[in-house]
Amino acid sequence: MKSSKREELYGYIFVSPWLIGYILFIVFPVVYSFILSFCKYTLPFTVKFIGLLNYKEIIRDPFFRLSLYNTLYYTLFSVPLGIATSIVIAIILNMRVKGVSVFRTIYYMPAVISGVAVSLLWLVVLDPSYGLINYILSLLHIRGPLWLQDPKWSKPALILMSLWQSGGNMIIYLAGLQQIPEQLYEAATIDGANNWFKFWKITLPLLTPTIFLNLILSIIGSFQIFTQAYVMTGGGPLNSTLFYVLYLYQKGFQSFEMGYASALAWILFIIVLMLTIILFRTSWRWVYYEAEVK
Amino acid sequence: MRRKSSRRYILILLKYLLLITGAVFFLLPFLFMLSMSLSDPHDLFQIPIKIIPRRLIWSNYREAWVGYYPFNLFLKNTILITAIFIIGQVSVCSLVAYSFARLKWRGRNFLFTVLLSTLMLPAQVVIIPQFIYFSKWGWINTYYPLLIPWIFGRGAFPIFLLRQFYMTIPLELDEAAKIDGASYFQIYYKILLPLSKPALGVVAINGFMFQWNNFFEPLIYINDKTKFTLALALRMFQAGEFGTYWHLLMAASVLVALPCFVIFFLFQKYLVEGTIISGGLKG
Repeated sequence: MKSSKREELYGYIFVSPWLIGYILFIVFPVVYSFILSFCKYTLPFTVKFIGLLNYKEIIRDPFFRLSLYNTLYYTLFSVPLGIATSIVIAIILNMRVKGVSVFRTIYYMPAVISGVAVSLLWLVVLDPSYGLINYILSLLHIRGPLWLQDPKWSKPALILMSLWQSGGNMIIYLAGLQQIPEQLYEAATIDGANNWFKFWKITLPLLTPTIFLNLILSIIGSFQIFTQAYVMTGGGPLNSTLFYVLYLYQKGFQSFEMGYASALAWILFIIVLMLTIILFRTSWRWVYYEAEVK
Repeated sequence: MRRKSSRRYILILLKYLLLITGAVFFLLPFLFMLSMSLSDPHDLFQIPIKIIPRRLIWSNYREAWVGYYPFNLFLKNTILITAIFIIGQVSVCSLVAYSFARLKWRGRNFLFTVLLSTLMLPAQVVIIPQFIYFSKWGWINTYYPLLIPWIFGRGAFPIFLLRQFYMTIPLELDEAAKIDGASYFQIYYKILLPLSKPALGVVAINGFMFQWNNFFEPLIYINDKTKFTLALALRMFQAGEFGTYWHLLMAASVLVALPCFVIFFLFQKYLVEGTIISGGLKG
């Protein structure tokens, strides 16, 4: 009895560095931000309660709608395409050929760097006249688009850039693939199944738990796209890459409308939360759980 | 018999063709970056572009690093932040994970769910209030906002990863040490930590990659140019008063990204292992 009390005490002591930090740096700010979203905040540090005014204004704000649209567009393409690319690469890298580990390293390399350096690199890669992509297209006698300078092509350009960094997720799927028991494939082969059938009936179903987790984390990440847009386009051309968090940053940290920005942050939070809940609620339809067969 | 073996060779050839096509897609942008960083600036903006520079100008690198901005200073700042961050995060998260994995206390499962739920919370919800009270505390232009909230309070992912790893270590080791009179801290420090080096390595590497490249928070909190990090400095170089010298900007980017590559090449085995451990997050 005494020793279990001691264990409990030490449990609390050891968890406290995180717990205290969590209360100070997560719980307080979340509550504070919720309150702020109903306030008008003016520098320096004066807060006035204005009720739902921020939210009413946001609903009418064309930049809010545009930034939400841009972010949804980006998410809708970059997340599914990213997952598909990662899975395809993982399957290719799971082939048993000599030297495959060298290729794994190469494929993973773009995911190693992030942030400003990648954005600068892609800024030159995407340059319409002197960039790599349009140079390659010109070798094929295709006239490349203006990419980041064309409102129609700026988001696809950033999506392409995100696909280049699929290597990080590829590793997750590779790990998932390597955990699929070999016997399943052997049994299927004996039953005369071809590779296509094996992929759809064995590989993909057994990867669904990995896909599910990756899908949720990718959506959350994709809703927060910021650095690329900030460094490469500043939101342009014609606000075509004004993403949600970039707009929030402009409101909060450039025009210092902290109350308005907090309301924007809460709307983002609610959207992400709803999406996550919907995905969890519908996951039983398509996510395979091993416990079901045990 | 013969036909079968030639079919196999074609299959292997196709596999390599596929692998090489992919490798070209992933590698070419890097080669393009390297080539630009070594080019004569007069050759850069000419059509047709030269993928291979006429001659390699290595002095671009020195010019980029010390010619316009004191990148050595930014390097020192970034190393300082990253080092403190890694040490802090590894010590805090490994201890917290020990409590979650090995000790029994009331509310543990509930708090663990709370911990995991922070993965869903967009950083923007907390960043505005944090900015307000950090500026009241006089934390603007200090490194505290980049370090303190991230070492304490955040870190859901590293704590989770370490907890999963600890769960694979037999509990009998703890029991035996307890009988020998070891305290809980000694069990953590003398038994679990030495056995968890691969997982701690993964946490350290991820921490390095995150803090080395972190941009959003330095952008908000650091205005004093002498306190800039490398990521901020690159951005300043790009939008800077000297115009955009693409060959120098690429050279600086290569140098800033280089430590990430070195660490990746040295420890890639650990990174893959870490991913497999954290695969337990599914479901």
